[in-house]
Amino acid sequence: MTTGNGIAVHADRVSRHYEMGAAVIRAVDDVTLEIRAGEFVALLGSSGSGKSTLLNLMAGLDQPTGGAIFANGRNLSELSSLELARYRSRTVGMVFQSFNLLPRMTLEENVELPLRLAEVDRAERGARVQEALERVSLEKRLTHRPSEMSGGEQQRAALARALVNRPSLLFADEPTGNLDSATGESIMLLLKEIQQKLGMTIVMVTHERPLAERFADRIAALADGKLLTDGVKS
Amino acid sequence: MKAGDLGELALRNLREAVLRNSLTTLGVAVGVASLVAMLSLGVGLQELATKRLSNSGLFDTVVVMPRRNMQPMRRPAANLVPSKPDRVLDDDARNELARLPNVLEVYPQIRFPTEVRYNGSPYSTIVAGVPDSSRGNGSFDGIQGSFFSGPNADEAILQIEFAKDLSEQTASLIGKDLVVRYAEREALPPESAAAGAKGSNAADPGAGGFSIVPREKKLHIVGIVETEPAAGFGGFGSGRLLIPLEVASALRAAQVNDLRDAVRATNGKPVYASLTVRVKSPALVEGIETAVKNMGFGAFSLLDATRNLRLFFTIFDLLLAIFGSLALAVATLGIINTLVMAILERRREIGILKALGAADRDVKQLFFVEAGVMGLFGGALGVVFGWFIGRALTWGTNVYLHRQNLPSAHVFSVPWWLVLGAIAFAVIVSLIAGLYPASRAAKLNPVEALRYE
Repeated sequence: MTTGNGIAVHADRVSRHYEMGAAVIRAVDDVTLEIRAGEFVALLGSSGSGKSTLLNLMAGLDQPTGGAIFANGRNLSELSSLELARYRSRTVGMVFQSFNLLPRMTLEENVELPLRLAEVDRAERGARVQEALERVSLEKRLTHRPSEMSGGEQQRAALARALVNRPSLLFADEPTGNLDSATGESIMLLLKEIQQKLGMTIVMVTHERPLAERFADRIAALADGKLLTDGVKS
Repeated sequence: MKAGDLGELALRNLREAVLRNSLTTLGVAVGVASLVAMLSLGVGLQELATKRLSNSGLFDTVVVMPRRNMQPMRRPAANLVPSKPDRVLDDDARNELARLPNVLEVYPQIRFPTEVRYNGSPYSTIVAGVPDSSRGNGSFDGIQGSFFSGPNADEAILQIEFAKDLSEQTASLIGKDLVVRYAEREALPPESAAAGAKGSNAADPGAGGFSIVPREKKLHIVGIVETEPAAGFGGFGSGRLLIPLEVASALRAAQVNDLRDAVRATNGKPVYASLTVRVKSPALVEGIETAVKNMGFGAFSLLDATRNLRLFFTIFDLLLAIFGSLALAVATLGIINTLVMAILERRREIGILKALGAADRDVKQLFFVEAGVMGLFGGALGVVFGWFIGRALTWGTNVYLHRQNLPSAHVFSVPWWLVLGAIAFAVIVSLIAGLYPASRAAKLNPVEALRYE
């Protein structure tokens, strides 16, 4: 779902400042960024540049202290707690650097979890889980727990979990950060494939410029909370 | 999140920290057991007291007398006009009383002095008639021998003290016969009655008279009772030789009130000095008493004593519940502690849930359900523990009572309302205990929670 002008997410002069005693930490400072529907955008920057904070703001996990985030035309700051939860559940899929699978659940249960939260009918869930796992080629590992899977498999499982509710936005926070380069590349190929096949909008946080240049359609570089460049692929 | 999913996730979470959650649930169970044991003891003692007092005939009976019999002996005031005419307590009145709603039975009190002959020796005692309904109402619990074989059987049950007068080996009396000598009331022929009434009551055509004829009746001893059954007000107490009411009635033995009735007009019909009206429950006594008074009779009961008894047990139960709840209060702290620990341990998981779309409400409900499930299991387990404690208390009490040569007593009772109430109370207390942890979990910032290692 997008607005009429094809913009999926629009960060309008967004700031996220933290007060630490007398000091003010400007994690994100006056950033304006537009992400078009179906686009694969990489937020590039070193540690502490504010890229993850900006991603969290766009995912509705955090609230800006200034400016506004518009997703599908709606100002996230104006949504109630419940509406924000629904936005995260039905519009957004998230992938993290540390996978964040629940260790005591099987792969099937982990992938089913967003469907429970979105109150999808029980009868429909099996097929949806199967579909998501087939997309990441893990359909034969249903009963395995995260501890029984490799890092790459866990990240693919996390990707299946992010896709199971068929979101229009996929936010990935350093998805290859905990993986070796070969596995990381396979994950990036999978993300690219998903973008191309499903027409999904993907925003990925990374500090690896080669990876961003190879797979993203556009790179937004951040430093010290500010947007340095937008769209440059060297 | 749907209720089914909430329940599944909550149970899964509880299973993950099975030892800690089991111990917390056990804490709730101990608290509930303490509460159930205390209240069951209160309820049991109340039931025991009510049963014993009910058996005594103190609280579920109304004694009915002709109104004038209840007036003190004094000269009637010349200008006193009774609001309702005095009614005679005859068979018509008895039938009318028996038809009142919630009345179980109406029977006359028959009690008369007698001389008993046993083994050639005379013994003075009081004979009392026992209604056949006493067979199953607990009045004769612990009887040595048996109750009367039928309502018209020529049989006798001896009160232990009287039995000791007859023989030191009281048990050997059962199966033996004794002879009762009594004064039978024999109605005079009409002309003789009229002649007898000439002096003072010639104007009263209804005046009757009777003569006293000595009689004997052989009775077979079938039982001995240790305690004095139904010794109370309005019952057949103070009788030391008990015979079936029908037999006592057929003897037509002269009673204390006969002389008074002889000088009153009774139209020749048999009249009763008093009737005992047995009511379905003590709570209905007041209504029956009013109805009887409205019929033109005098009536009294020990209603106030029943009220005081209920008040006493209500306060007693309340105090027991307060002491019993102390353990549950401690268990509540255990639930809070367990859930707060769970928040710390599952901080990251809460962050993940929120990132995946869980609303604050979902997280709060999840912790609530976990607290509720601990309360539910703890409550159910507590009721079972409480029941066992009660059984142990009853057993211990009865061992003590037997050593004191006293009959056994059931001092413990777990009614259904207590079972359901205790479980519901445990769940409610657990939910209250879960308020703070659930609220704290729901307010967790997902970004901070996801960073937590």
